[in-house]
Amino acid sequence: MTTEVTPRPTGRGSRGAKQSARPATVSSGRRQRNRASAVLMAPFFLLLAMVFVAPLLTALWMSFFAQDSSGLGFGPVEQSFVGLRSYTAVLGDPTFMGSLGLILIFCLVYIPIVTAGALSLALLMDSGLAKLRSVMQMGLFLPHAVPGIIAAIIWLYLYTPGISPITEALGSLNLEIDFLSVNLAVPAVVNIAVWTSLGYYSVIFFAALQAIPREVLEASRVDGADALRTAVMVKVPMIRSSVVMVLLFSTIWTLQLFTEPMLLSHATPAINSRFSPSMYIYDAAFTRNNYGIAAAASVVLLVASMLISYGLTRFSGRLQREEGR
Amino acid sequence: MTIGPTSTKTEPATTPPRDDAAPAPAARPTTPRKPARAPLTNRLAVNIVIGVFVIYTLGPVLWLFFAAASDADALSAAEVFNLKDFALWDNISTLFTLEDGIYGRWYVNTIIYAGLGGIIAALISAACGYAFDKYHFQHKEKLFGLVLLAVMVPQTVLALPLYLIASQVGVVNTFWAVFIPLLFNPFGVYLGRIFSEGYVPDEVLDAARVDGTGELTMFFKVSLKMLAPGIMTIFLFQLTAIWNNFFLPMVMLTDQELFPVALGLYNWNSMATVSPEYTLVVIAGSLLGLLPLVLAFMLLQRFWKAGLTAGSVK
Repeated sequence: MTTEVTPRPTGRGSRGAKQSARPATVSSGRRQRNRASAVLMAPFFLLLAMVFVAPLLTALWMSFFAQDSSGLGFGPVEQSFVGLRSYTAVLGDPTFMGSLGLILIFCLVYIPIVTAGALSLALLMDSGLAKLRSVMQMGLFLPHAVPGIIAAIIWLYLYTPGISPITEALGSLNLEIDFLSVNLAVPAVVNIAVWTSLGYYSVIFFAALQAIPREVLEASRVDGADALRTAVMVKVPMIRSSVVMVLLFSTIWTLQLFTEPMLLSHATPAINSRFSPSMYIYDAAFTRNNYGIAAAASVVLLVASMLISYGLTRFSGRLQREEGR
Repeated sequence: MTIGPTSTKTEPATTPPRDDAAPAPAARPTTPRKPARAPLTNRLAVNIVIGVFVIYTLGPVLWLFFAAASDADALSAAEVFNLKDFALWDNISTLFTLEDGIYGRWYVNTIIYAGLGGIIAALISAACGYAFDKYHFQHKEKLFGLVLLAVMVPQTVLALPLYLIASQVGVVNTFWAVFIPLLFNPFGVYLGRIFSEGYVPDEVLDAARVDGTGELTMFFKVSLKMLAPGIMTIFLFQLTAIWNNFFLPMVMLTDQELFPVALGLYNWNSMATVSPEYTLVVIAGSLLGLLPLVLAFMLLQRFWKAGLTAGSVK
């Protein structure tokens, strides 16, 4: 990600040039500016050190040690260096690999569904045929304002036979579907994820579509492209930075997956306590009290996140170069 | 065209958001682009598809409202929509009296965590983003890369080591163990940099410098006012994030008195599997728990829409 960040080149050089024309004030002005920027940035970077860098280093360090506490956790904690043992234990644990596999399923199912769905919705809203657009947008966006745990609670009840009007309605059509059964557990979680984010992403896409310069669309019309062709060949490529951003957001969301399956796990045996990597970490740290394993799993998840986001930014970088051509 | 702040065409929002509550226009005129009349069937099809999606997104929330207004019989018979017995007030009064009214406590906690935390986090992030935009220093882009890196790291990776650090410092199971980590908002710094670029013209700062204004005075007296709509947007993002946060309080807190609504509802919901009388309370608590955010988003439409354009159009 870092490599792709291009500072805005315009406007900066000119100001520097202007300053060098007034040499007398430069040094005191610069000192004052350095001080000001340090003061303004200090609170954030203090937090960064405390709640980001320190925990990361702690996790890394802990993953190479095993804690053996004697006396119900009140005795002195013995640290012993175990090298890569925690890592081999985590990577050799089928439940952990299963939770990583779940992330893969989400990447292959949830992300394409939500991105394509949101993009289609946004294009429909932008087509000029849609009525009541701002009301509809509000309606689509609403689930984003619903806290994750509450979304999970709502859907839990909408999945529960006897309470849910959905299973009731399906039942009256002679369709007995148990959304909390083993086969439907993953789709049930995917549905909650889609419900939460679909409208939000479509509003992001819609905002980007609204910013496409009119002339481009005029040109496309003059060239004789119909609405569908314009949408696919002109509009979508023009908002690809938004597409990349949505891919990034939904990937981060997927990697953190915790709240929804955690809540559902109480209601269905189909979702166990190590369903997602984050649940695995929680289970290892606070149920099994095995900090070494939890730390190693955290580091693996971290590396996986970095690889995926690196891949995505490389991908977007390639798009950018193609755009330049 | 990555998520880095490359300055292409538009600044964050071409028109800074205004305070009035009129329906927010998008960044560009919203008149339909297609002047030629489309066939009726097309128009119908487009609106039906959108309508179906809106039913999908709104339906569950409507169900929650009706369920919160039903009594236990209607709920367990899956007949919440006919509202034979309107029990909303009963359910809410049960909600606030159960376990000595601890739900009210959770509600106040959440407002403090999310409201106060959101404001402080927004100010911290905006100040940092502003400094990234307006000042030059060594390794600036490397530092900014670190900020973007922090956006990508799953919070759950940090929770266990944060817990261990907090227990070393002795703040586990206190207000601060939850409050302080929630102030960290790297995405807010990213947004702050973009907003600063869009809202605070360099010329204004140069003019203030000529007048002999100090850099920090300038930030507090001049720039902060211009950044206000951007800070509002960052605040909304952070408010949502904190209101949603569940993992961190779950790891840090055992004292029910300190719980936010999300964690309290989670606990009650786990109990509902054994004692069903909790079900209606959880449903009523969920309805009240989502109201503040929904209201905030409806009243402050301009601000989050500005955030969307800032994040994506660039």
